[in-house]
Amino acid sequence: MVFDMGYSVMSESGKTTGMDENHHSINGRAGIPGRADRHPDPAEEPVCLEANNLQLFYGDKQALFDISMKIPRNRATAFIGPSGCGKSTLLRTFNRMNDLIDGCRIEGEVRIDGKNIFDRSEDITNLRRRVGMVFQKPNPFPKSIYENVAYGLRIQGINNKRDLDDIVEASLKSAALWGEVKDRLHDSALGLSGGQQQRLCIARAIAVQPEVLLLDEPCSALDPISTLKIEELIHELKERFTIVIVTHNMQQAARVSDYTAFMYLGKLIEYGNTDTIFTNPGNKQTEDYITGRYG
Amino acid sequence: MKLREYFRSGDAWVWLNAGTVTISLIMVVGIMGLIAVRGLGYFWPADVMQASYTEMDGSKKILIAEVYDEKIDTAQRLREAGVEIPAAVETVVRYSLKVGNRDLGGADFKWVFADRLENIKYPADIVALERYEWGSFFGRLKEVRQKGEPVAIGEQAWDVMQSRLDRAGELSKKISSLEKGDVSRINYALDQLRLEERRLVLRDALTAADVERFTAEKEKLEKEYEGVRLALEDLADKAARDSAVFVAADGIEKEITLDKIAAAHKPNDMNIFSKLATYFHNVWMFLSGDPREANTEGGVFPAIFGTVLMVLLMTILVTPLGVIAAIYLREYANQGFITQTVRIAVNNLAGVPSIVYGVFGLGFFVYFVGGSMDRIFYPEAAPSPVFGTPGLLWASITLALLTLPVVIVATEEGLSRIPRALKEGSLALGATKAETLWRVVLPMATPSIMTGVILAIARAAGEVAPLMLVGVVKLAPTLPLDMNAPFLHLDRKFMHLGFHIYDVGFQSPNVEAARPLVYATAFLLVLVVAALNLSAVGLRNRLREKYKALES
Repeated sequence: MVFDMGYSVMSESGKTTGMDENHHSINGRAGIPGRADRHPDPAEEPVCLEANNLQLFYGDKQALFDISMKIPRNRATAFIGPSGCGKSTLLRTFNRMNDLIDGCRIEGEVRIDGKNIFDRSEDITNLRRRVGMVFQKPNPFPKSIYENVAYGLRIQGINNKRDLDDIVEASLKSAALWGEVKDRLHDSALGLSGGQQQRLCIARAIAVQPEVLLLDEPCSALDPISTLKIEELIHELKERFTIVIVTHNMQQAARVSDYTAFMYLGKLIEYGNTDTIFTNPGNKQTEDYITGRYG
Repeated sequence: MKLREYFRSGDAWVWLNAGTVTISLIMVVGIMGLIAVRGLGYFWPADVMQASYTEMDGSKKILIAEVYDEKIDTAQRLREAGVEIPAAVETVVRYSLKVGNRDLGGADFKWVFADRLENIKYPADIVALERYEWGSFFGRLKEVRQKGEPVAIGEQAWDVMQSRLDRAGELSKKISSLEKGDVSRINYALDQLRLEERRLVLRDALTAADVERFTAEKEKLEKEYEGVRLALEDLADKAARDSAVFVAADGIEKEITLDKIAAAHKPNDMNIFSKLATYFHNVWMFLSGDPREANTEGGVFPAIFGTVLMVLLMTILVTPLGVIAAIYLREYANQGFITQTVRIAVNNLAGVPSIVYGVFGLGFFVYFVGGSMDRIFYPEAAPSPVFGTPGLLWASITLALLTLPVVIVATEEGLSRIPRALKEGSLALGATKAETLWRVVLPMATPSIMTGVILAIARAAGEVAPLMLVGVVKLAPTLPLDMNAPFLHLDRKFMHLGFHIYDVGFQSPNVEAARPLVYATAFLLVLVVAALNLSAVGLRNRLREKYKALES
């Protein structure tokens, strides 16, 4: 059942058939200020990331078709769509994670702050520092909690104990994890629960002060309570970072994002204000998907 | 139908599995038990019997001997061999007796018929000697002499001899420490001087000042040597002061100087505790002593030392090489046809017979690389080779080559098991591929690398065939590690437990006497391999503990 409370409350459509275990988390969310209805169109906002005529091929197979979109600064943008529609691929293009895959070829451009990331002059490690990423499954390193957060800093050559202490604390606080781990910073990160591990990965990503935070289905491996915590976190983090989130869960997209992009078979079908997409989609395919007719 | 049910239930399969495991266990326990019992019994001070024996020709003689082995033969077989045996008898028991006294009788061992032994006794006054020359001696102590003059006869002689044996032992120890210390140091220094001089001559750079310096230093060393030589002679004189006269079984008297006696016991007069003490003393002497009498007696310390040192060097060589190669194959190389071919080739290298590596090592490393090194770096030593001859370095390198595939395969396995997500997590934080390798991938792959190293050690420590070509010798005059700079002498030949087994068991002049040593050495080799392995396993388990959540 794809269709549920998340959507129904937001849209005030009165369709309350979709009860699920997330039910308790919904009510407090609908009226959060700064939500999508204040931002009628992504094009009118200050742009952070921009894709122009982006095409991506895996060998002979084309995975992304002519994607053009502008992702506004300090907002949460969600990518939704059925499995295999290319939303993760698009996300991974933004920090050039696809470079790691053999036979991957990209045409078009992606601009961050106006500069094309595929430029020869672009330093890929620098790009990844500016565009942080959190993955589907929590992937902490088999090191202590402290060292996990400090990892990106040490890579940059920051080894001063006091600096590291400060940044680690600030990052863990930002990731709402400090209270739970402050007494065991030097224990293995692998001893944390799945939700804590995922927040640790977020802390790790924001410790290097990125501009953009890419979240690739960050809650798909977590239980509802942990999911709730991460979603609350996203609300706080978008004050400081531009957030792009890929999700399978449409209620989640509706809850956390200001803008939503619907993708299908490698094409960007519809992109706009989250409320509009969910209440009044302009495209038949989008409507079919969000009303659960396929996907 | 019942039978079909039975097979479907899988019970048969469980029985088969359990049976296979049992067979393996029995084989391991059996082989260990055999070599342990046979080998460890050797150190036990067994009772010595005295009996009268009727020879085939009817003559009688007294034997003093240790029963060494027992064998039951069919009378038929012996009759065919020309032995007269009454028709009613079907089987005959024969003993192998260790009679010792090789200098008197010629042979250490004698096969006798059990039924021709009479009057078997175990007199308390029989003395068993372990000698530095001519093997064991069995007899009775008659008197102790100092410079040929009797000082103790009969009852007190034994105690007097024990205290004087201790004195002789102390002196022998001093002699050997002088020989291994000062003499070896002076000889080494003289040789270095000779080489240095020759080097200068070859370069046409020998000046008058040099000649003077060399002469002065040589004189100094020679003077020093003269001093040591005199001290040695003096010590040897002192050590040979005392002697003891023994009476052998057949009444022949034999005078033996005390510095030729390693140990003297009255085994029939010992209780269980003093026998145990002697037993552990003997084991310790075996572990810590040098071999004697063409390796058929004494200890195996140089062989233990050589084995362990060679394996350690091999490990130091093979680990970085294997790990780096595996990293390239798995992380950097394009996973195409060529990489796959290389991988298959590496795997196949593991199946090449070890003797082939030995031949390759001899031809390539020893003669080609070593010979070239000699020509370029050691022209002064010519015509005698330095590295152009089998030695520790070449043995280690050859074995490193032999075990390289194991390390590469295990490391690749470990690298491929590291989740892609972790590498991506590191890269997403702005780490380069190399940084990711060093900080995340390699630490996590260490348990697998250690597994490879463990397998490599297990294989290398038990390998003998290639070593016979590239560095192992029957008897190495010096250890490859000593107090002369540069301390570790990679060019020296060394001894090895595996080769020691072969040499003692099959190449020694006295096979009968050496047989228990073969078992003891084999047991020791297994223990050494196990100890090397266990330390590596312990290290791996500690590392694995660190990354244990990954195993799930």
